[in-house]
Amino acid sequence: MNAAAAVAATAAQPPVVVAGASMAGLRTAEQLRAAGWRGPVVLVGDEPHMPYNRPPLSKEALAGDASFGSLTFLPRASVADVRWRLGTRVVAADLDRRTVTLDDGGTLTYAGLVAATGMRPRRLPCPGPRRGRHTVRTVADARGLRAALARPGGRVVVIGAGFIGCEVAATALALGAAEVTAVDPLPLPMVGPLGELLAKALLDRHERRGVRFALGAQVTGFEGDDRVTGVVLADGTVLAADVVVESVGSVANTEWLDGNGLDLTDGVLTDEHLRVGGRPDVVAVGDIARFPNARYDEVARRVEHWSIPTDTAKHAARVLTAHLTGTGITVEPFAPLPTFWSDQHDFRLQSFGAPALGQDDVRVLDGDPGGDFLAGFHRGGRLVGVVSLGGRSTSAAAARHRAELLAQPALGAGSSGGPK
Amino acid sequence: MKVVVDMNKCQDHGQCVFAAPDVFRFDDDGHLVHLPDADDTRREEVEEAADVCPLQAIRIGD
Ligand SMILES: Cc1cc2nc3c(=O)[nH]c(=O)nc-3n(C[C@H](O)[C@H](O)[C@H](O)COP(=O)(O)OP(=O)(O)OC[C@H]3O[C@@H](n4cnc5c(N)ncnc54)[C@H](O)[C@@H]3O)c2cc1C
Repeated sequence: MNAAAAVAATAAQPPVVVAGASMAGLRTAEQLRAAGWRGPVVLVGDEPHMPYNRPPLSKEALAGDASFGSLTFLPRASVADVRWRLGTRVVAADLDRRTVTLDDGGTLTYAGLVAATGMRPRRLPCPGPRRGRHTVRTVADARGLRAALARPGGRVVVIGAGFIGCEVAATALALGAAEVTAVDPLPLPMVGPLGELLAKALLDRHERRGVRFALGAQVTGFEGDDRVTGVVLADGTVLAADVVVESVGSVANTEWLDGNGLDLTDGVLTDEHLRVGGRPDVVAVGDIARFPNARYDEVARRVEHWSIPTDTAKHAARVLTAHLTGTGITVEPFAPLPTFWSDQHDFRLQSFGAPALGQDDVRVLDGDPGGDFLAGFHRGGRLVGVVSLGGRSTSAAAARHRAELLAQPALGAGSSGGPK
Repeated sequence: MKVVVDMNKCQDHGQCVFAAPDVFRFDDDGHLVHLPDADDTRREEVEEAADVCPLQAIRIGD
């Protein structure tokens, strides 16, 4: 076959369509190539930008230490030939007919479909003005918040003391805010994913550096005419605010998959190979995927950590390519070791494994909670996660437990040894 | 294959050390060191290391 004929043959072949052109989408395109898929790939993304790195949006880039332009991922050379449809939204999918519909009216027929549309920030349904209220998910969001925080001496109220809320509170203080208050209905910051021991240590560190907290507090409304001037709490307290940041969790972007009989109750439910709805030609990756992790059990969960887009991309691309090329699956069920970090003020949280699964049995493995320390999370007596809190050397201590976590046999019910 | 690390960006996350232990390691003072010229058989590992660097500080030159 000459070159021209080869090109024509390729052009006639339906593509793998990747819905969502961010980290998980890009990594999947790269991993499709690594797995041997030579056919066309189309990435459809509603943001106008090439994929970029989000963690700095609440840290370095928000603080102005890194330019927004520098956050763009450098794609692997292997994806030089994929087609990017940026500024384009997927509005519907018909999995029986293998088509997706785009907001420009176009339709794409696919050989394989990758759901990589991620999350959007949840908004508080409270009444009040909209101006002056920010979220942090996209470059556009972070630009807006940076401009607002650039006016020094402001009063900043961060609603939601989770990861992003705590990071933004620290960054706002560094940028010269006069007052930063974090509000949360729970009694401690980040207590959900990290448990009491770490949450208390975090609270203490934030308070010592000047962040105030309104904990066990519900937000019921916003004050102000045209722009927000205050945050109203259930007990009647009003926190004066020049800038409000809502970091109260996220909602999965799954509406485009409605009507296909899928379980979309929290992201897209997948099987142990990240396949969706029992179909071999549809996979989900990144924040949107709700998958069982054979390392732990059979419960499907979404994991919003930076490590997951890359891990899911690799597995899903192998599975999808095996199906498309008829070579059959040769991989073990998906069993990633989740990892995350969070930089706040001058300290870092570093986690390996699944601390949320071992909160009933938390032990200090190194150091003490008054200073830098390392905590181990256990389930059924076995180590399932480690989290360090402190300077860089403390993170290195956490990393030393990584091999031990990887070596643990699977804990899943009914599993016999489990995947390596 | 040339392996280029922007040490101004590096924040010692160490993910590259897990992905490509033959090319990246920490020295006794906890600073990252790497082989600037890695054997081409290590390409996949190094590409993985570049992927998992949270600061996107690793580049492969040819
Ligand atoms: C501010 C911030 C800070 C973070 N910090 C950390 C950290 O310190 N450590 C850590 O471990 N993790 C962190 N994370 C988490 C990590 O960045 C995410 O897990 C990761 O970005 C998820 O990638 P994704 O591609 O799955 O989703 P996304 O990055 O959300 O990508 C989904 C893309 O799909 C697009 N899209 C949505 N719907 C459609 C549609 N219908 N059609 C077309 N396109 C669509 C979206 O606009 C978006 O571009 C942070 C996240 C944020 C937002």
